[in-house]
Amino acid sequence: MNSLIETAYLAASVMFIFALRSLGRPETARRGMHLAAAGMAIAIVATLLQQRIVSYEWIAVGSAIGAIAGYPLGMWVPMTAMPQRIALSHAFGAMAATLVGVGEYWHSLHTGTLQTFQVGALGFEVLLGSLTVTGSLMAFGKLQEVLPGRPITFRGQNVMNLSILAAGFAALVWVIVAPTAESAFFGMVGIGLAVGILMVLPIGGADMPVVVSLLNSYAGLASCATGFATDNNILIIVGALDGASGLILSIIMSKAMNRSFANVLFGAFGSTPEASAQSAAGGEMSAVAPDDAALRLAFAKQVVVVPGYGLAVAQAQHQARELGEEIEKRGGEVRYAIHPVAGRMPGHMNVLLAEAGVPYNKLIEMDDINEKFPETDVALVVGANDVVNPAARTNPASPIYGMPILKVSDAKSTIVLKRGRGTGFSGVENDLFFAPKTSMLFGDAKQSLTNLVTEVKAA
Amino acid sequence: MSTMTIIQMYVFVLAAFTGFLTISRIPPLLHTPLMAATNAVSGISLVASLILAGAKVGVLPTVLGTIAVACAMTNVVGGFLITDRMLAMFKHDTKGASRANKS
Repeated sequence: MNSLIETAYLAASVMFIFALRSLGRPETARRGMHLAAAGMAIAIVATLLQQRIVSYEWIAVGSAIGAIAGYPLGMWVPMTAMPQRIALSHAFGAMAATLVGVGEYWHSLHTGTLQTFQVGALGFEVLLGSLTVTGSLMAFGKLQEVLPGRPITFRGQNVMNLSILAAGFAALVWVIVAPTAESAFFGMVGIGLAVGILMVLPIGGADMPVVVSLLNSYAGLASCATGFATDNNILIIVGALDGASGLILSIIMSKAMNRSFANVLFGAFGSTPEASAQSAAGGEMSAVAPDDAALRLAFAKQVVVVPGYGLAVAQAQHQARELGEEIEKRGGEVRYAIHPVAGRMPGHMNVLLAEAGVPYNKLIEMDDINEKFPETDVALVVGANDVVNPAARTNPASPIYGMPILKVSDAKSTIVLKRGRGTGFSGVENDLFFAPKTSMLFGDAKQSLTNLVTEVKAA
Repeated sequence: MSTMTIIQMYVFVLAAFTGFLTISRIPPLLHTPLMAATNAVSGISLVASLILAGAKVGVLPTVLGTIAVACAMTNVVGGFLITDRMLAMFKHDTKGASRANKS
């Protein structure tokens, strides 16, 4: 029986890896996920045959609650809320790992079968799991705006956080040396929970993409540790895949934001805007009326739409798609330039535009679209700021210097849809807005886009 | 460290390596579905939760196991549903692509 179960786990692992491979292309991605779901079903059925399982009643209760809670989280959550939805599910995943860790420890403690290596793995699992639980809940709160999104900082914060984390690792070493030290083990859970809260407290809402990706990685490593503690290879494999995924995404996000990991985690960016970041260009923003802007769009051959987080906040992705279609009806070509950190999580903007009905072959990644800007007649910037700021390429004094940007300033002309005259989240002035080629259309993104659609139709 | 542990280390290292290679090939277009998918797949901790909930080794482990089963099952059900919902939205525009090729 055991070899049958192990074979089923092996089959499920292979299916998961193939599923991840299929995610490399949009045409095969959906089929791949069906394969992964089948793999999950196989793994669950195989587990239910395990000899350690002697009663099914509580399994049924837990599964029923999970299925009832999972359905709305899968079907009803709007795509704009994806970042907080993902953060919440990291909390669930880490919670499962932590509780299993505590339960297995308690069981082994009371049967006197604790071994050094097993305790080490369980301890690691519980420490990492518990900090992921509260960290993810904090990220969820900030993204859902239940908690204030701005960084909360105080003097000596980093020293304090690192000391508490060090205490957590000290407790981990303690339980490895003395496996029966119950209080150290449970103290570690408490420390983990506290660290999760304190760690995310000083990180601002705009930095959440990195945090959410990093917590993904932690959740993966926690289930990996579960696999080591319970001698279960499928948990090790999936945990490693998950950990790798989270790590890769957090590196991509950090790079795209021009920040190091350490800077995101300890920097509390945005709390101290640098005074040296003043715009060198000066000059005036030139405002444009919707009908003039619409005329230019209606007669443009090449239009690139640059959507930013402002578009998602205004829920204006449907209007953006409609405007694109109107321009295409008149013979222009419309493409969408997607910056890696547009939106609030990796790839978020793609999902929002796909939901609005924009075909994915029109969503162009930063490096590919940047070559196209010199041929672009009109670049339409909707609610994006720092990701199009030419200072990132030209002004070494700017805090965003070196950040990869969309080279909108290369386009023949630019129309910027913007709520008001303020600066972006980094507090940096944007030279693009003052450039002679740029026209500003002030107002709510959704309303402006609706006006543009009407005007383009009439043009 | 036992032989078992060494073998587990092999599994971990090779899986992490496979993960890095596979996931690096996923385009930014699909990074949000990727996160949803890894969430769904990480519901595999259900496997360990099921054993704890069904092993009848005391009240505390059973309670913790049951809650863990509920949490992991939420990720499995919700994760696969939302990933599928998202991926169904990604459509290719054949008409537009042929036009782009002509120009």
